Amino acid sequence: MGSELNRRDLVKRAMAVGLVAVPSASFLTACASDSGDKTDKPKETGTVSAKNPLGVKEGAPLEAFIFKGGFGDDYVKNAETAYNTTYKTTVKHTGTQALGPKLQPRFAGGSPPDVMDNSGADNLDTAALAKQGKLVDLTPLLDAASFDDPAKKVRDTLIAGTIEQGQYGGKEVYALNYAFTVYGTWYSNKLFKEKGWTYPQTLTEQLALFEKIKAAGIAPYTYPGKYPYYVHFDIFAQIAKAGGVEGINAIDNLEPKAFQTDAVKGVIAYYEELAAKGYILQGSEGKTHIQAQTDWTKGKAAFIPNGSWVENEAAPTMPKDFDLAVGPIQGAASDKLPYGAIRAAAGEPFIVAKDGKNPAGGMELLRIMLSKAQAKAFTESLKSLTAVAGAEEGLTLTPGLASASAGLKAAAANVVNPRLGDWYKKLNEETIGNLTLDLLSGKIKAAEWITKAQAASDATAKDSSVPKFKHA
Amino acid sequence: MRHGKYRFIIGFLAIPLALYGVLVISPFVQDFQISMTDWSGISSDKKFIGLDNYQKLIHNDLFWKSLSHNIIMLLVVPLVTLSLGLFFAFMLNVGGRRRGSAAGVSGVRGSSIYKVVFFFPQVLSVTIIAVLWQQIYNPDNKEGLLNALLGNVGLGALQHAWLGDKSTALACIMVVMIWANVGFYVVLFSAGMASIPTEIYEAARLDGAERGTTFFRITLPLLRDTVATGWVYMGIMAMDGFAFVQLMSVNNGGPDESTDVLPLLLYKTAFRDNSQFGYAASMGVAMLIVTLIFAILSMRLSRRDRIEF
Repeated sequence: MGSELNRRDLVKRAMAVGLVAVPSASFLTACASDSGDKTDKPKETGTVSAKNPLGVKEGAPLEAFIFKGGFGDDYVKNAETAYNTTYKTTVKHTGTQALGPKLQPRFAGGSPPDVMDNSGADNLDTAALAKQGKLVDLTPLLDAASFDDPAKKVRDTLIAGTIEQGQYGGKEVYALNYAFTVYGTWYSNKLFKEKGWTYPQTLTEQLALFEKIKAAGIAPYTYPGKYPYYVHFDIFAQIAKAGGVEGINAIDNLEPKAFQTDAVKGVIAYYEELAAKGYILQGSEGKTHIQAQTDWTKGKAAFIPNGSWVENEAAPTMPKDFDLAVGPIQGAASDKLPYGAIRAAAGEPFIVAKDGKNPAGGMELLRIMLSKAQAKAFTESLKSLTAVAGAEEGLTLTPGLASASAGLKAAAANVVNPRLGDWYKKLNEETIGNLTLDLLSGKIKAAEWITKAQAASDATAKDSSVPKFKHA
Repeated sequence: MRHGKYRFIIGFLAIPLALYGVLVISPFVQDFQISMTDWSGISSDKKFIGLDNYQKLIHNDLFWKSLSHNIIMLLVVPLVTLSLGLFFAFMLNVGGRRRGSAAGVSGVRGSSIYKVVFFFPQVLSVTIIAVLWQQIYNPDNKEGLLNALLGNVGLGALQHAWLGDKSTALACIMVVMIWANVGFYVVLFSAGMASIPTEIYEAARLDGAERGTTFFRITLPLLRDTVATGWVYMGIMAMDGFAFVQLMSVNNGGPDESTDVLPLLLYKTAFRDNSQFGYAASMGVAMLIVTLIFAILSMRLSRRDRIEF
């Protein structure tokens, strides 16, 4: 056949290719249509009374969208059952692992659910939502009478630091973080007792202990290379202990030269040594958090940086007599904060949407969840502390939880909470996370980590598309 | 009569084309429109900012890095996948050594079983494949399938943190993409080979042609159109790579951004890094342009006279 027909064939085929290629680009718009906001929609409101301080309308529908991760979503369902009987309605409940992709179009379309647990890897950016005015200021909830004691406000029942955690650069509180997490290096008390090891107080002691652990045929340390920012739970806490609150605030505030301090140099040099001396479990740099945790529960590694959710998450592989424990932040005697300081923060941010139909109901659900009974049930079944102060009292705590609770009590006012990770997720997890991965796999030295982390921090500070936050 | 024929064709095409226009073309036009705004994706406020997002994109190092990874995938993945697909299909259909029989042309022994085995990965979802291979690449010397295997055959020196090492991570992910797709092309090429008349092969055999000669002088030229189509489809697949990289890479496109690809960067920009939908939309447009260039180029290169049989 002649080449003329071929050319026609070519055009036909090119069209077919176009038909296939176009969808790959329209991926984005397919999940994001924008039908415009209807501002000031009528809200469902009822009469305010002592029993109903937020003025919830009886029988009004309420929609809850709950992250179903390490904690599941049963604890919210329990609170919803209480809500249903009090307000004679049925809460529409969705439990999911991927809130972001599901809720983004609903926010853009102006019809978001009333209350959400905006957590997990696929969550919406709470900071961005707050900046865009999409969230209800939860101050009325905090000033309302608490569920158990009408003489006490909700804000007075919370652990210190919970309210600050939900603030994004102003007085308004946009998120109520329900769970309370203690971060640190976790270990098996049973293993330590068996071998006659004691938890080291300083990084120097730690290195000496690591030599012993290594000699015993166990890797002293492991971390999940797939999520290297787990190591930041320790790194930034150790910097805070060494350099004091001003030191860590300078890093959170993206101040110039915040990383070029002796506090940072000391801590990062410790990690360089950790890698150089081969104290890290072989292969850690390629592992997921589950793989790393499993190595550790199986006794292949002694320490792992983690949060208190690990007790629930690693339960399937953790031996019954593991005797999980967490220790205070290690540092040096010359540090600005004393030994005993601990890193703890409120997590699981619950948010109430401004464009929702029933914001009062959303806050009321949170008020019910903050009751002693609900908080107690959460701690008992999920082995985690809540933002409600003292809700764990009188319960028989699991070893890890008891250790975290005792550490928190002993630390008293010396609780640190670096914010870099919540405020600048990309900077913390990816940019600096990549540096940490390189540092721990021995590819770069401490000095390079510091220079590049500072450069990345400066770049973020200059980037106008990133909303900025400052410590008060 | 002629008139009736066109009405018939138009009647058939109108509805699908209209649906295509609404569901595929219009989102693309919207994508272009969004890419010129500073839309955050979570409210209806958006400001027209012209080509600012594109300006920013050009100066974004990570964009070029991701694009270069996509281009490596674009060159390597289709080439290897199609070569393997062709090789396997050839062996399964005409690679047999049985000579002298009346039929003469047959596959290697057990080819019917191989056909099923090759097609296996096609049945699994990308997620399962990625999780499966993550276990194979597990860096533990005892638990990781690949490392344990290397250890057992005395190649312990080659043991590696496959996905955790900059020098191997991208290649390891590409291997999985190839593994997952070869089966489909084996089936596609088998169908193509079945339409080649056996007389041609018989004639070649009588002239004393070996397998290699048969493949390069007969099979490949006669399959050119099928290969060209496969090349374009495979290229578009390689241009994506999102699911594989997102699920398998360490630190979301790491280590040290050595496996980041454009669709993943787009996803992170839109849904994570401060919800920059406008900026992410400009990446979508960039992806479309690259994909179209690839498609046009490969069409041009495969253009030639058709052999009729």
